Amino acid sequence: MAKGESVAGTDIPAGGFVQLLTPDGERFDSVTTADGTTYSVDFTDEEYRELYRDLVTVRRLDTEAVALQRQGELGIWASLLGQEAAQVGSGRALRPQDMAFPTYREHGVLYTRGIDPIMPFGLFRGVDQGGWDPNEFRFNQYTIVIGSQTLHATGYAMGVTMDGKTGSADGEAVIAYFGDGATSQGEVNEAFVWSGVFNAPIVFFCQNNQYAISEPLERQTRVPLYQRAGGYGFPGIRVDGNDVLASYAVTRQALDNARTGQGPTLIEAYTYRMGAHTSSDDPTRYRIASEVEAWKAKDPISRLRAFLTKQKIVKKDFFAQVDDEATTKALDLRERVLAMPDPQPVTLFDHVYPNGSPELDRQRAVFTEYQASFEGSGH
Amino acid sequence: MITLGKALNHGLRRALEDDPKVVIMGEDVGKLGGVFRITDGLQKDFGENRVIDTPLAEAGIIGTAVGLAIRGYRPVCEIQFDGFVFPAYNQIVAQVAKMHYRSQGKVRLPIVIRIPFGGGIGAVEHHSESPEAYFAHTPGLKVVSCSNPADAYSMIQQAIASDDPVIFFEPKRRYWEKGEVDLSSALPAATPLHSARIVRPGTAATLLAYGPMVRVALDAASAAAEDGRELEVIDLRSLSPIDYPVIFESVRRTGRAVVVHEAPGNVGLGAEIAARITEECFYSLEAPVLRVTGYDIPYPAARVEEEYLPDLDRVLDAVDRSFGW
Repeated sequence: MAKGESVAGTDIPAGGFVQLLTPDGERFDSVTTADGTTYSVDFTDEEYRELYRDLVTVRRLDTEAVALQRQGELGIWASLLGQEAAQVGSGRALRPQDMAFPTYREHGVLYTRGIDPIMPFGLFRGVDQGGWDPNEFRFNQYTIVIGSQTLHATGYAMGVTMDGKTGSADGEAVIAYFGDGATSQGEVNEAFVWSGVFNAPIVFFCQNNQYAISEPLERQTRVPLYQRAGGYGFPGIRVDGNDVLASYAVTRQALDNARTGQGPTLIEAYTYRMGAHTSSDDPTRYRIASEVEAWKAKDPISRLRAFLTKQKIVKKDFFAQVDDEATTKALDLRERVLAMPDPQPVTLFDHVYPNGSPELDRQRAVFTEYQASFEGSGH
Repeated sequence: MITLGKALNHGLRRALEDDPKVVIMGEDVGKLGGVFRITDGLQKDFGENRVIDTPLAEAGIIGTAVGLAIRGYRPVCEIQFDGFVFPAYNQIVAQVAKMHYRSQGKVRLPIVIRIPFGGGIGAVEHHSESPEAYFAHTPGLKVVSCSNPADAYSMIQQAIASDDPVIFFEPKRRYWEKGEVDLSSALPAATPLHSARIVRPGTAATLLAYGPMVRVALDAASAAAEDGRELEVIDLRSLSPIDYPVIFESVRRTGRAVVVHEAPGNVGLGAEIAARITEECFYSLEAPVLRVTGYDIPYPAARVEEEYLPDLDRVLDAVDRSFGW
């Protein structure tokens, strides 16, 4: 079951992983895993350039968000720095009909779905708690309690099967994002059990970024995470999460397996959280600078840049142009975040129940009267 | 005449017939028909996709129901016993209750969570609890409890038809009590789901109860009537929201109120109801609102549970205390 064994690549963790692009930008045409599955990508030059644009853009937007938080314009921010390839690769592997269940860090996946990147900023600015329709965007609301969304994704995937939308190349698949810390949660293990026994069309995409806030992977597991899948009866595979090509190839294959009725796959995207857990965290308390430096050398963007340069598939002003475009997007985002209005106080009482509640109507009336009592008093 | 359990079974059957999006899920609900046989025969008639025997994992039952509801289904989840709901508590309180609010009304989770609750069946630990206050305390959930076969039949269908998440408490020790149920009745004719009902009119004092304690309150009222005291009995039916107008109107007439529930009294529904009555009916009250509840102890062993459970004598004793004020 452990598909990630004995694969090509350089600078790899024990047990190996699927890698198509080395940190130096060397490209493997394909990788064949122990079970005989071959992974490769067949991108046009323009598609390679698009991937690079995505990676740079999501990082630039993330940088802007970190700055906005530091300037007091966001209450908190969960940075994706370092995980761009895992998110863009897996996100681009989704087909339009597929459904994604993110944690609170999947800004890169959100971007690849063609969603306006401002969508989650209401949550981090504190003007709402999400407020989008998962079915409209094929992207569920951010879930903050660790691992809970894996069960939602599993139920949704069961519904896909019940609707008869699996078993063909144009079937639907579901992807559930979570991190290494989440694998210790009971709910995630229940999601594995349920998906296995119901053969749900789901891909469990674990971004192993090595830390659950301060706790290293060793505090979550004794075995490589992808190997856990075997115990639940479906394949697990480890991929170089800093390699956008391999992340794409492995996710694409797993999604297609799901949509054609072959059930779940666990993907462990081996990556690193370059920044803090959130803007409230201080990673210098629990990890050393040399470790961060070592991972910097495996940066997902610089390796694609090296590849594009070596292959001569970009013009010389391409990189500067992409940087400029990303900055324009970031500044536009900043402007719109700053313009987000605070909600009216009386909306506190909205949307608690689809059918409302007489008790809340009463409290709303009392609150409104109380608010009105300050009118003209200088409050 | 059918039992309360059978009435629920008929109601679930009708919900499955009326809406192809309704699915029943839980442990042993399929082939076995549930440990109390509430879902008896439904999987046979509606198939394994509509009546789903799930893995033994309560968080999984509720968590996957959330996903199914996002997909457009109307899951009816069975938690096998009251004391087994806690592994699902995180999903219920952190996800089910908050999703509509979080999404600003864009995600509706029309999920019903059925929980057989309460004691009196001589069971082992975790099989006799009354956890309703945990859920009534949680904004975003609606909480109801039926007390008789006719209500069981209509309320389960109303709960399933509602777009609100509903925690549906079933009085397990009354599953075998019989009553008249009009199985042909249309739902709109039924009392609205979140309405309380005066089940015995009276003038001397108001007894407030729900679920298994409605029978106890009615028996107490019959006994009091023999002594010339006409007690009014209100079946709350809905525990969140509580139908306060019916309660206030009654207490303003009688001037006395006694709340009865099996759950421990501390920070229980009775406390909230007493506070609200005091706020709204202060000048009508002849005595403080009294409570007859379980004691503030873990649910006890079966051989002494009768000492724990409110019964006719404890209710009448509270009524006497009210009149002695």
